[in-house]
This record gives sequence, structure tokens and C-alpha cells, in this order.
Amino acid sequence: MKEYLLSIYQPDGPPPATVDLEHIMRDVGAVRDEMQAANAWVFSGGLHDASSATVLRPKGAELLITDGPYVEGKEHLGGFTIVRAVDLDAALEWGRKLARATTLPIEVRPLRH
Amino acid sequence: MPVDSARVIAGVDGVFIEEYARAVAILVRLFGDIDLAEEAVQDAFAKAVEMWPLTGRPPSPAGWIVTTAKRRAIDRLRRESSRDERHAQAVLLRATDEPEPLLDGLVDDRLRLLFTCCHPALALNVRVALTLRLLGGLTTAEIARAFLVSEPTMAQRLSRAKAKIRDAGIPYRVPEEADLPDRLDAVAAVVYLIFTEGYSASSGDRLVRDDLCAEAVRLGRLLHALMPDEPEVMGLLALMVFIESRRSTRTSPEGDLVLLADQDRRQWDRRLIEEGRALVRACLSRNRPGPYQIQAAINAVHSDAETAAETDWRQILRLYDHLLVISPTPVVALNRAVAVAEVEGPGRALALVDELPLAGFHVFHAVRADLLRRLDRTNEAVLAYDAALAVTTNAAEEKFLRRHRDALADANQASITSSGAATSRSPGKSRRRAPC
Repeated sequence: MKEYLLSIYQPDGPPPATVDLEHIMRDVGAVRDEMQAANAWVFSGGLHDASSATVLRPKGAELLITDGPYVEGKEHLGGFTIVRAVDLDAALEWGRKLARATTLPIEVRPLRH
Repeated sequence: MPVDSARVIAGVDGVFIEEYARAVAILVRLFGDIDLAEEAVQDAFAKAVEMWPLTGRPPSPAGWIVTTAKRRAIDRLRRESSRDERHAQAVLLRATDEPEPLLDGLVDDRLRLLFTCCHPALALNVRVALTLRLLGGLTTAEIARAFLVSEPTMAQRLSRAKAKIRDAGIPYRVPEEADLPDRLDAVAAVVYLIFTEGYSASSGDRLVRDDLCAEAVRLGRLLHALMPDEPEVMGLLALMVFIESRRSTRTSPEGDLVLLADQDRRQWDRRLIEEGRALVRACLSRNRPGPYQIQAAINAVHSDAETAAETDWRQILRLYDHLLVISPTPVVALNRAVAVAEVEGPGRALALVDELPLAGFHVFHAVRADLLRRLDRTNEAVLAYDAALAVTTNAAEEKFLRRHRDALADANQASITSSGAATSRSPGKSRRRAPC
């Protein structure tokens, strides 16, 4: 079994009014239930806004602290799930379900073991 | 390590290119690691080059290669097993327990490998490159040339792709039913590319690299056997067997290219034509047309004509009209223009051809040259042949183009001389230089 990080990328700021957040959360919950039932779920987390992030950067002996996310942009990591899967096809299937539920792009990336 | 030893052997004995792909595919199944498989098979070929001249060819060269490569891979894993003991032991156990692979079994390892190489998680150009490398047995240099990139760039692209297959766990199997249709398009495109590469190799002296064509047809048949209800797979296979049916007549005994119109149609392979026809009929009954099926139908029309003069060009033009709608590419438009020339005349065709952005494609210039010749615009035709010669990399095509160009130039020269032009040589020469 391999493990894969499914990263959810979302636009910064509050979602537009057209987005039915309650519906999405219900769908995401259903995917998580399905992952758990299949013994594929390892861990999930939703993140606060990217503007709440702090970056620490070693600079010689000192440590530079900056406010904000590591990468500037209009979209940031909004949440993640780690799944167990036999291969990329199985991981992509979970990614597909998550993308449909969140209506957001999902990056699937293998964990190094 | 001799990176392309398989090709070295292939140069001596063409049969080995197929054994190379087969051996790599078997080792990938056994060891689950493409790099390891490739290296071990290349080592085995290098050993063959060294030993066979001394010991003679073994009774089963393919089996010898697989067995030798397997041993090399196991040795390498044993050497490295201290690094990752448990994993290596597990792989070793699996690989050594595996009975000797059946070389002509029902499940073809190359088909598995084909689906792995054509996985949608890989970029399209990577899929084609990987398949040509692992299943076509082409060298990195050859693939680099085909993609017009440098060899180090292609080498890096291939090694990244292999790393992704390993690290991301791209599976080594034929996809499940639900995913099959989506995965099929990429596979079909790659198989056809192998066929066209074999049919008219981008470089080298052999016009028809029989082994690659045969490989593509074999993979096409396997795909068809696996997905008997998929019309585009039927179309792909039909297209390939129609083209294959004319192989023996496509070149003269001297190795010169012979155009479709000039081929001895009695020499066409009737068995392959019948296979193609049956496939086209089966496609028609499914009524789900696609680009391969239409191209197969066009080839069926050619096969139906007992002489070139009897060719139903109107039917071919109708099929090209259809093809251009679903596949609107300049190359399709160029082929359609050839049919237009037969139905509506070379003038109409030339107007269409001149619009196409295909200056880097030798066939574009060859078609223009022929149309200009038919329009008696001889000087321009010679220039078009020169342009075709400047971009072709295939020796047989070059010979063909040069023959036509020189015949035309000589005829033109004769007519200028006989009309009494004093400076007969200079006009042709100076005009030829200008647009090149």
C-alpha cells in the first residue's frame, strides 16, 4: 500500500455567493465516510485562510519571519487528505471523488516512504 | 554500460528489436521497476553480442535474453538489498518464484506496459516517447530526433517519466472496464505512431522497418482482441492492415519508392485486404465513426479499385470531407487536396494546398511539386521538389524526390534548349535559389 497526499486548491477569500457551501460540506463528508469505510482514510485537515500563515526562513544564523503564505498567489492549499491506495489509479479515483465533491482542483502526490 | 546495445544487435539481426521490448515488458512485470528492467535487458543484449559469436546462437534467443536479464536484475537487487532489505527481498521472492515466462501466452506483457506508458497522468509527448523507447525499442537519439529536441532533453524526459511511474505508483496492468474507453485513445494514437514510424522511418536507409510495422499490427490485433466492440480499435487495425497489404509493392526491387498509382495491384496481400474489409464492414455496422475508421474506409476504396484509373475518387473525397470535420488538421487537409486534384483538377487542389502551414513537412512540398508539374508550371515544380528534398530525412524518399526532380529539370532544360534560349542554364538556377 502506498500513501498519497490529496491537496485541495481553493481561491483566496470567502467563496462567491453562488457556491452552496452546505451542500459541498455534505458531499465532502460523504467522501470521507466512504474513505473510512474502505479503510483508505489516513488523515484530513481543513486550513484557515492563507493570510493566516507565517513563514520561517533560515538566513545564516538568523531566522527570518514573514507574514503570509510561502507562495504569493490567488489560490492556495485549502485542505488536504492523506489516503492509502494500492496504486495511482486507486488514488486518482479518490481524488476524482474529492474534486467532484469540493468542485475544486485536487493535486494527487505520492508520499515518500 | 552500452546504452543502446539492443539497437546494435538490431542492426545485425532485425528480429531482436521485438525481443527487446518483450523482454523489458516481462522484466517490468517481474520486478516492478522499468529502469532495472531496461538496464538488465540491455546488459543481456551486450552479453549476447559478446558471447554468441563464440558459443553460437542459443536455441531460444528470446528465452536466453529473458533468463539472462532476469539473473542480472536479481544480482543487482541482491547487491543493493542492504539498502532496503525487506523490499528487495520481497521483490526477489516474487521474481524468483515466477515460473519461466510464456513467450506467446494469451496475456501480452507488452500490452500491460503499453497501458502504463500511455497513462493519462503522463503528458502526451511523454507517453509517445516512453512507448517508442520501451515497446518500439527506439533509441533515445531517434526519439529525440522525432520530437525535434536534443538527446539530453529527451533522456531527461524519459528518466523523469520512469521515476514518476515508480514513485507515483502508476499501475502495470490493463485498465479496468470503466476506464478503458478513456485510456484507449492515447494507446491507439501511440500504436499508430509506431506503425507510421515503421512504415516510413524518420531517418535511416530502410524505407519500411518491417519489425516496427509488424509490432504495431500485433499490438493492434491484441487491442482488438481485448476490446472487440471498440470501433476505433477496429478502424486502427483495418487502417494498418490495408497499408501493410501494399508493403511489397511500395518499393521497387532497387529500393525505390513506388506511388500507389504505379503499384502492381496483383501483388497486394489479398489476405490482409480481406481482413481490413471485414473490419471496415464491422465498423459500419456499429455506426460510431471516428478518424481511424474513416481513414480505413478511404484505404478500402483504394483496395477495391483493380487499377488506379478505376479509383472512386468522389467517394474518397466524401470520406475526406467527413474526416476533415472530425479531425481538422493541416495534414488531413493536405490529403484531402490530393483527392480534390483527382475530382476537381490540380488547380483547385493547389489553391487549397498553398494555404496550409506545412513548410517543414516534405510531403507538403512533394504534393505541391506534383500539382505544379500537372499544371505545366515546371520551374516552380522543380523548386518545390528542392524544398521537399531539403526537409526529408528518409533515404528512399530522398531518392524518389530526386529522381522526379531531375527528370523534370532535364525535360525543362531540353525544352528551353530546343526553343533556342541562349542562356539556358542561368534562369533555372537563379530562380531556384531565391525561395529556398
